[in-house]
Amino acid sequence: MNRMETDVIVIGGGATGAGTIRDLALRGVKTILIEKNDIASGATGRNHGLLHSGARYAVKDPESAQECIRENQILRKIAWHCIEDTGGLFVTLPEDDPAYHSLLLDGCKHAGIPAKEISIKKALQLEPNLNPHILSAITVPDGTIDPFRLTSANMLDAIERGAKVLTHTKVVSVIKKGTEIIGVLCRNIHGEEIEIYAKMVVNAAGVWGQEICNLAGIDLPMFPSKGSMLIIDYRINGVVINRCRPPADGDIIVPGDTVSLIGTTSKEIPYDKIDEYTIDDDEIDVLLSDGEKMIPNVRFTRALRAYCGVRPLVAVSGEKQGRNISRGIVLIDHKERDGIDGLVTISGGKLMTYRLMAEKTADLVCSKIGVKAKCKTDKIPLPGSEHKFTSRRTMKKFSGIPDSVVGSTFYRHGQRLRNILTTDKKNYRLICECEMVTEGEIEYAIKKLNVHDLVDLRRRTRIGMGPCQGELCAYRGSGLFHEYGGASPEGSVELLNDFLEERWKGIKPVLWGDGLRESEFTYWIYEGLFGMSNLKNNKKGLKQ
Amino acid sequence: MIKLENISFDHCIKCTVCTMYCPVAQATHLFPGPKQSGPDAERLRIKNPELVDSSLKYCTNCKRCEIACPSNVKIAEIIQKAKWNYVKIHWFRPRDFFMSRTDLVGSITTIVSTITNFVVNLKITRAFMHIFLKIPFTRQFPPYAKGTFKKLYEKKISKTQRPFEKRVAFFHGCYINYNNHSLGQDLIRVMNAMGYGVDIVKEKCCGVPLIANGYIEKAKKNAKFNIAHLSKTETPIVSTSSSCSYALLHEYKEFLEMDNSGYISRLDYITKFIYDEFSRGNIPKMKPLGIRAAYHSPCHLERMGGVMYTLGVLKKIPGLELVILNSECCGIAGTYGFKNENYEISQAIGSALFKLIDNANPEFVITDCETCTMQIEMNTKYKVLHPVTLIAMALKE
Repeated sequence: MNRMETDVIVIGGGATGAGTIRDLALRGVKTILIEKNDIASGATGRNHGLLHSGARYAVKDPESAQECIRENQILRKIAWHCIEDTGGLFVTLPEDDPAYHSLLLDGCKHAGIPAKEISIKKALQLEPNLNPHILSAITVPDGTIDPFRLTSANMLDAIERGAKVLTHTKVVSVIKKGTEIIGVLCRNIHGEEIEIYAKMVVNAAGVWGQEICNLAGIDLPMFPSKGSMLIIDYRINGVVINRCRPPADGDIIVPGDTVSLIGTTSKEIPYDKIDEYTIDDDEIDVLLSDGEKMIPNVRFTRALRAYCGVRPLVAVSGEKQGRNISRGIVLIDHKERDGIDGLVTISGGKLMTYRLMAEKTADLVCSKIGVKAKCKTDKIPLPGSEHKFTSRRTMKKFSGIPDSVVGSTFYRHGQRLRNILTTDKKNYRLICECEMVTEGEIEYAIKKLNVHDLVDLRRRTRIGMGPCQGELCAYRGSGLFHEYGGASPEGSVELLNDFLEERWKGIKPVLWGDGLRESEFTYWIYEGLFGMSNLKNNKKGLKQ
Repeated sequence: MIKLENISFDHCIKCTVCTMYCPVAQATHLFPGPKQSGPDAERLRIKNPELVDSSLKYCTNCKRCEIACPSNVKIAEIIQKAKWNYVKIHWFRPRDFFMSRTDLVGSITTIVSTITNFVVNLKITRAFMHIFLKIPFTRQFPPYAKGTFKKLYEKKISKTQRPFEKRVAFFHGCYINYNNHSLGQDLIRVMNAMGYGVDIVKEKCCGVPLIANGYIEKAKKNAKFNIAHLSKTETPIVSTSSSCSYALLHEYKEFLEMDNSGYISRLDYITKFIYDEFSRGNIPKMKPLGIRAAYHSPCHLERMGGVMYTLGVLKKIPGLELVILNSECCGIAGTYGFKNENYEISQAIGSALFKLIDNANPEFVITDCETCTMQIEMNTKYKVLHPVTLIAMALKE
């Protein structure tokens, strides 16, 4: 059995976990992060990617609203390459209560969010694809944030400062000494068991935090609330569009990278269903019909896929409705709550406040292990965001490489682009033609960003996230795992198969129109032409 | 953010058939092909207009991608629009300016055509043009005619047309007006033999070279002029140029977004008109030609679905042994092949066609398009004729 020692173990590779190891690494604390799946594979990567201005909480939850606007301003500085300053609009539709308009303006004023009422004409100039029948419009400093990039950059920084990250590794039990937790036992993807000892364990496992607590003999009931979203083939809007009414289903359209997302539903689900990620037809209906009310083009556009996430809300005082539970931060010191030493749980909150959550957690952990250093994550930029310069100037530096390739790589990796692109033709040839992912970018991700399979690779690069959903890039990408990732030829086929299955899962709920034609064509390529299922059987035959 | 109206790119299922059919992508790796430059890149350009690729300039706008597309994506249109919506032109380009102003250049040079034709073909002039205007040294120019076809018509032809009761209006285009009067005269002979008198209306360049060189506003002006004058006519309208016809029928509406409904139902490319007349039994008396000729189908005629009419008409000419060449782009693409930066690509695209022609070993080559004619005459030893000219040759006096 492998045995490791460190100062702090962080369980959970979402934004909070990644932010925590980065925060601790900046304070000189040694950490190991354990994630059972891949980075940002839970709620972190399963939301609409809105860089909240806080306006969505301004009326009902002023505390969250204030946190949001503060973090919004910090993230713009430290993580600009994960963020796009699209701006946001709150629009009142003819069927909405006009009174909410002034409530929102007051709430924003109170929370310190720079919201401004603008004329409808001005709103239509800002966003020409908006429903022209809106009654009023308010601008807010919303933006978009890429959760995968953000998590990956936090981890990259932590790793460069000495932290260790073990993905695809599951905690199977905690190691206790009396009432003190002194480490965890985990099992990795190859079935090897690893014992890790530390002074403190941080439970940042999101909705799965309940299971971690159970391992420690603690009861911490989570309130799983499922949110579903829809991805639209291209950017049907350039500005975040919110509906000016109390938060409800299908009231936001966020332009994220090359696509737009319609969000979100809120549905309570039993705890034993949190790993199922099923999306119901009525959710799709509501997202499409309400989305169309804000941006009429929704009706004519292909829906690429649907997905959902489970919010890690802690039902502290028995609330019944998902939207009514505060999205506030919950930090629990289990010594105080349950008399068990060596464990803290961080939950609740949202992607937007990951840094603040990490800061609070790290403060608590440091006070317990006697580290005096202060938090620096609000000042030191993430890798990729070190210096600010425009993409125009970047593009000039890589003359010979198409601007679309340079621009897309820069958009995804910020200044780390220098570690990725070279003017060698093999480096910048395209693997994913929808999202302009090059061979060089994939090589970099496989070697530097803790990638084990094509699904992981997708989270680092956007491979397979475009309209073809892996039709043309999946087989090329799996080949590169053989070239750069040490996968056997049979292993590459396995990776390919898993990736296609994962893509297929999100396509199924929106299978009509052009999306249906596309997947028929993909099926024909992989099954009809390549004989995918035969390849798989052969491989099994080889093993036997 | 721009207002999104034409979203045909959303229907692309990435089958990549268009790129397989793209003559430019086959000739050079500098052009990533229609799929990537069109529907794929459009998503990126909507996200950020800075992500526009300079490789768009290699597209010849031959529209073969649109013919190949099984999903009805307006690929060439997307690429043309992207070229001029996103790539802003900040400087004056004398070559492109003059090359696209066919009316301006034509009306001056036809006055002094003998001198122009002599001077243009001097080595020293060509060297100057190569270096300063970036026009390839070895590219042959079509000779300019003496005076314009319009003048010729007004002075000599118009009175001969009066006796005819049935009328057609003729959109002669710049090539006939400034370079090739004899094709215009052939058309009039053929129409007369079929019982039609020919009128010509006021016209300006159809706008194809303007669109290709990015002078969209000027193209719109010309289109407005042509739409106004063509809409005034009440007779059928014919054009002997496949690219002019394509512009008048499709580009005005789909690319320039103008209303051409005033004449669209009455305008045909000439072989469609003749084919319809032939089908009604209106076939002039023709003598056997005793000629073996190879037929090349121009890209824009293929896009219009007009090749079958040309072939239908040619097959009615007695004694014409027709070799129908495989569909290949000749590579010149209007003004495209007249530019240094495209010259090699243009020649590489055409090479397959030139080989086919040589193998066919004809006496003549037949094609509908004036710039295809220039390209084939420059690169093979054969004379190229318009289908109308062949009918004129077969007419009994």
